[in-house]
Amino acid sequence: MSVIIRKMDEKELMNQITELRELLRIKEAQLVALRREKQILQDYGLSNGEILRYSRQIFLPEIGIKGQIKLKNSSILIVGAGGLGCPAALYLASAGAGQIGIIDYDDVEINNLHRQLLYAETQIGTPKVNAAAENLNRLNSDVKVIPYKIQLDSSNALNIIKSYDVVIDATDNVATRYLLNDACVLSNKPLVSGSALKFEGHLSVFNYNGPCYRCIFPKPPPPETVTNCGDGGVFGPAVGTIGVLQALEALKIVLDLPHVLSGQLLLFDGLETKFRKINLRGKNRNCAICGEHPTLHKLIDYEQFCGAKANDKEPKLNLLKNEDRISVEEYNTTLKLGTEAHLLIDVRSAEEFDICHLKNSINIPLRNINNNEKVTLIRNRIQEIQKQHNDASLYVICRRGNDSQKAVKNLQETFKESNIEIKDVIGGIHAWSKKIDSTFPVY
Amino acid sequence: MSIESNGISVIIELGGGAELLFDKKKKHSVNLPGNDWTIQKLLFWMKDNLLKERPELFMQDDTVRPGILVLVNDTDWELLGEGNYKINSGDTIMFISTLHGG
Repeated sequence: MSVIIRKMDEKELMNQITELRELLRIKEAQLVALRREKQILQDYGLSNGEILRYSRQIFLPEIGIKGQIKLKNSSILIVGAGGLGCPAALYLASAGAGQIGIIDYDDVEINNLHRQLLYAETQIGTPKVNAAAENLNRLNSDVKVIPYKIQLDSSNALNIIKSYDVVIDATDNVATRYLLNDACVLSNKPLVSGSALKFEGHLSVFNYNGPCYRCIFPKPPPPETVTNCGDGGVFGPAVGTIGVLQALEALKIVLDLPHVLSGQLLLFDGLETKFRKINLRGKNRNCAICGEHPTLHKLIDYEQFCGAKANDKEPKLNLLKNEDRISVEEYNTTLKLGTEAHLLIDVRSAEEFDICHLKNSINIPLRNINNNEKVTLIRNRIQEIQKQHNDASLYVICRRGNDSQKAVKNLQETFKESNIEIKDVIGGIHAWSKKIDSTFPVY
Repeated sequence: MSIESNGISVIIELGGGAELLFDKKKKHSVNLPGNDWTIQKLLFWMKDNLLKERPELFMQDDTVRPGILVLVNDTDWELLGEGNYKINSGDTIMFISTLHGG
């Protein structure tokens, strides 16, 4: 009963806060408008307020009044409001870019906040692009921020891109990277491309007096070789470093400065604090999109081209027959009754295993499941169980129930002669937390 | 003294996750027997001698799989003849798996 009352209070309080915030937003906008009216405008187009605000960069001979006006007249599109897009947007807005478009279909989640510095705890559950627009305008009310809460695809990309001078690729998946490249080539816009994973990052500028993304990577990588941040992990300052550098390159393009990172690739290794700049091949004459005789004249189906979805969400796999799977409820019963002698293998990484695991499980990460030493370990454990109980089965668990299926496939092959039952626990630790033991953390 | 009779020494560097297939080591100093080495030959040597797991994530159809950049002394191998590039003693050859996260 007390739990229910507390929940109602929380909801009511949240509603009140939302109302107050809306009132605050209206008042702040009124104040900004009032102050803007009083601003003195110089005849070259900058106000005294802007001159003071940007004075520390106007002093730079590479920028000056002319450069600041270029920035004010610029429009930059950021695709992806994540670990790259957030710092890029912050620096573009701070520098006085006139218009910033931001595309993202996601809502803010708590697991974003360690690296996506545009968002606050209070914005969890709200659309990223709206939260980004709000916070960027609080930082600099002169910037026109245009939020697009959409999934960029072949039907809408060209129409959006045409209103911008520079495009920043801050996306998290291969399909959207090819889409953006092709759209930028067809629209003749420079593309500032960044990517990051774990402690590493890559940066380059495409379609700017040099090669495009396709010139360097004519074929997409096999989907099974691509790791996303949700599985591989990512360190905030590492991805942030690349995002800041994307803002730097975009601003250099707007300012017409030399040495833009075209035809080159910057590699950043945060673990060793090492930067390395490499020389890429030039424009490929036979490139399918930007070559002398292009075979692509319009945007295509990029999910089909890459064999992967245009997001970084894990799809729900269904690799096994029903009889090779067990629900968390059934497994829990088996465990409680102790009816079935078995070995439970948890195939998540050691780091994830440390977060939480079932007491009776042993940890063998999926990548090691075929190692001789691990196969021997499993074989020995199974034999021990068989000695005591005549029978033994093998169960496999992971985070969400995808890797466990892959592991079962592998193990079925490894142990195909030995006639043991091998099953995966459907839905993994997430399902265990939801249906059996809510004290297990979901991540 | 640049070419020793007992082989050539090169540094192999791995990054972007490619190191995970090579014992998680980003840098391998190796001595290759003989003097006649191309990158193509090196790929197979690496597969037989350095690669620890899942060869299909490194090579496909006798070359590196799509999404791996090969660099010789910080230059794209495509500018140097790709697999036909003749390796010199002291070269640093780098294999970078491209990143896609953000």
